[in-house]
Amino acid sequence: MSQNDPVAAFRVEAGEVLEQVEQGLLDLGHRLDDHELIDAVFRGLHTLKGSGAMFGFDALASFTHHCETAFDRVRKNLTPATPQLIAVILSAQDHMRALIEGDATDRKAEGDAILAKLQAALDGAPAPTPEAPPVLQGWRLSLRLPPEAMQNGINPLALLDELRTLGDCRIVVRTDQVPPLAELVPTECHVGWDIEVRGAVSRDDLEDVLIFVLDDLDLQIEAIGDTSCDDVEDAAPPPGAGTTPSALPPARVDTMPPAQDRDPATTPNGRGAPKTGESVRVPAERLDLLMDRVGELVIVQSRLSQLAHSSGSNATDVALRSISEEIERLASELRDTVMVLRMVPVATLFGRFRRLVHDIARDTGKTIELSTDGETTEVDKTVIERLADPLIHLIRNACDHGIEPPEGRLAAGKPEVGQVRLSARQEGGEVVITIRDDGHGIDRERVRAKAEAHGLLQPGQVVSDQELLQMIFHPGFSTAPQITSLSGRGVGMDVVKRTIESLRGTIEVASVSGQGSAMSLRIPLTLAIIDGLLIRVGDGRYVIPLAVVEECIELSLEEDLRSRGRSFITLRDRLVPFVRLREMFATGTKPSVHQKIVIIATGTERVGLVVDQIIGSHQTVIKPMSAVHCNVPTFAGATILGDGGVALILDVVQLVALGQHQEERLRAVA
Amino acid sequence: MTMEDTTETQWDEDGRLEVLTFDLQAEKFAVEAVLVREILDLLPETVVPGADRLVASVANFRGKIIPIADLRLAFGLPSAESTMDSRIVVVELDVDGVPTQIGIRTDKVHEVATLHRDASETPPTVGLRWRRDFIRELVRTPQGVIVLANIARIFDPLLGGRATPAVLAPALL
Repeated sequence: MSQNDPVAAFRVEAGEVLEQVEQGLLDLGHRLDDHELIDAVFRGLHTLKGSGAMFGFDALASFTHHCETAFDRVRKNLTPATPQLIAVILSAQDHMRALIEGDATDRKAEGDAILAKLQAALDGAPAPTPEAPPVLQGWRLSLRLPPEAMQNGINPLALLDELRTLGDCRIVVRTDQVPPLAELVPTECHVGWDIEVRGAVSRDDLEDVLIFVLDDLDLQIEAIGDTSCDDVEDAAPPPGAGTTPSALPPARVDTMPPAQDRDPATTPNGRGAPKTGESVRVPAERLDLLMDRVGELVIVQSRLSQLAHSSGSNATDVALRSISEEIERLASELRDTVMVLRMVPVATLFGRFRRLVHDIARDTGKTIELSTDGETTEVDKTVIERLADPLIHLIRNACDHGIEPPEGRLAAGKPEVGQVRLSARQEGGEVVITIRDDGHGIDRERVRAKAEAHGLLQPGQVVSDQELLQMIFHPGFSTAPQITSLSGRGVGMDVVKRTIESLRGTIEVASVSGQGSAMSLRIPLTLAIIDGLLIRVGDGRYVIPLAVVEECIELSLEEDLRSRGRSFITLRDRLVPFVRLREMFATGTKPSVHQKIVIIATGTERVGLVVDQIIGSHQTVIKPMSAVHCNVPTFAGATILGDGGVALILDVVQLVALGQHQEERLRAVA
Repeated sequence: MTMEDTTETQWDEDGRLEVLTFDLQAEKFAVEAVLVREILDLLPETVVPGADRLVASVANFRGKIIPIADLRLAFGLPSAESTMDSRIVVVELDVDGVPTQIGIRTDKVHEVATLHRDASETPPTVGLRWRRDFIRELVRTPQGVIVLANIARIFDPLLGGRATPAVLAPALL
């Protein structure tokens, strides 16, 4: 994406506006008479139409115009918001999205079909509520534009002219803030206006005229005809009554209306320029580049620190050490700062799933409610991007396979509405995302039968519950008796697992028959740099991600010899299996006298790794392994050490699995 | 192996091909010059336990982790200690559209030479102790026979059959 390409910028902005509108529509589905939402949707559509036309997306502008008109009727209480209407506008959203992508050809028919449905939804709605329009005498406005308004391309005269078209207008210029001639800046707008608009004008009409400048405007607005105060309130809902705080608070719109936080995408595009110092849109590649540079800096820094620590004790060496320590601190702070820049709240991810669940519920005839929590949990943006597809798949599964049809739910004594809960939380260096449904759970019998049919399990073979449940991640595995358009073809779950593992994450499955299932994804917060424990095995140096290290204990020579037959240690009354990395890596070297066991854990599973030496902690910049080594499962990547050498990063998931395997084999023997 | 093999760089219209020649033991080998990215002194290598013996170690090549390959294994030559003349030739293959660099350990690097098609022969079906598909052609020169290796084919099994030569303009030749 180029920052300078206005069309690309429009696409990004429009995408965000659409997202907001979609969220508004989905909320509106639950609260049909929420005026705040109706207004938010309307303003979104309005912005889309306006900026679409501005950037030459004429098809989009004219199509959106119809939707906007429909919503305008809802807003003015001429038509009630109905589920049908919302469904049509939702489908219109997809069409708009296609139009924004620039795919306007061949789509005319599709658009017309939607518009026909829209008309039907409007006609089908009950007749306009026969509400006697309040007798209004007019409005008194007092408005002042921000000084830089004209530089931002706002033409005050055009605004005034437009106001004049509404009715009989009396405009008086306020010159009280015009500075002395010497201080006058000709490009700034120093004057304000007192305007009286008379006639049957609604507050919405005024808003429409001012919609693009509303956020920056210093505006006071009051109805004329104070005797009929009640009537006025009918037409223009009073302040604080939960109506339109962002649209037009009655007293005074300051530079930053409170609703702006919630509704950033409705900022008029390119006109009321966003305030400086709030946020900056930066292309993702630049952040990646920055991260690469920081990674290189961290590597060079660790070289420097190695050099400093091996130096002598004269004055220069001491000075070098102190500089090296200073740089170490700065590099680590810089690293943390850059990491934070790349963090994105998972809300951006969760937002898209509401539509997904809505659509699935409609297609399957189920009633499903999606609830989310922990949306503010932040994850590295590359992780977010790669999480989207697996999550879509898991949510589909939960809705399609997990949640029963309404009859089934009632028969099982559950509430008719199925619940899918999406939650995120941070746990140490990991974020845990859980998808929980209250459906019928995973049928273990069926999983077992399927696994045996696929030859994954021998009949009668004893496996742990978790192992059995993990079978669903095998390629070609589907326990759904019927294949639906949504899921059940058995493709996908293995892809889900692979994707999560490629993020160095794990999936845990929990399921209670008849009560539902929960899938927990544990994902590291970042992919680029981790804190690692540098160890030596034989002549090679390796890194273990520090986040999984529980503790390090000594393995004395005697104990080493004693434990030849069984590779277990007792740790606080628990048997923990361990793996001798020296043997596993076939180093052909003698064990060090002071071997250590590094206990690592993922979830509830633990395994000990016997190493020759623990060198220390190491800021590890993760580099991918070459494609020719992609079939070596023990390593998740490599890193460059201070001396320019390479250390391999152990793949914890694989090692733990190996340890567990070993444990089970031994148990089976015992 | 036909001449239209997609893992090969074609001879130009005059029947010539630029290659880099190097020694492995007493044999003289060549790779297409367009694949070569760089020639380096030996790098400190890190053994990757569990990796294929052909690419048993990795090294730090300008901040990238590249595998170091020993072609002796592909051609069944005995392994040997490195010498003063040993060099690493970095070649680039294309794996699913991603450029992938591989360092090849050689005993000595000679020169960029031009081979002639007229002097080349496809490897004979008998009397060869090497895997035939690892060799693209045998080329006669005044200094003896040069073995033009099929680099993509050699690494193909490790890459799941996704490798094609990255034929860009050579970076440093």
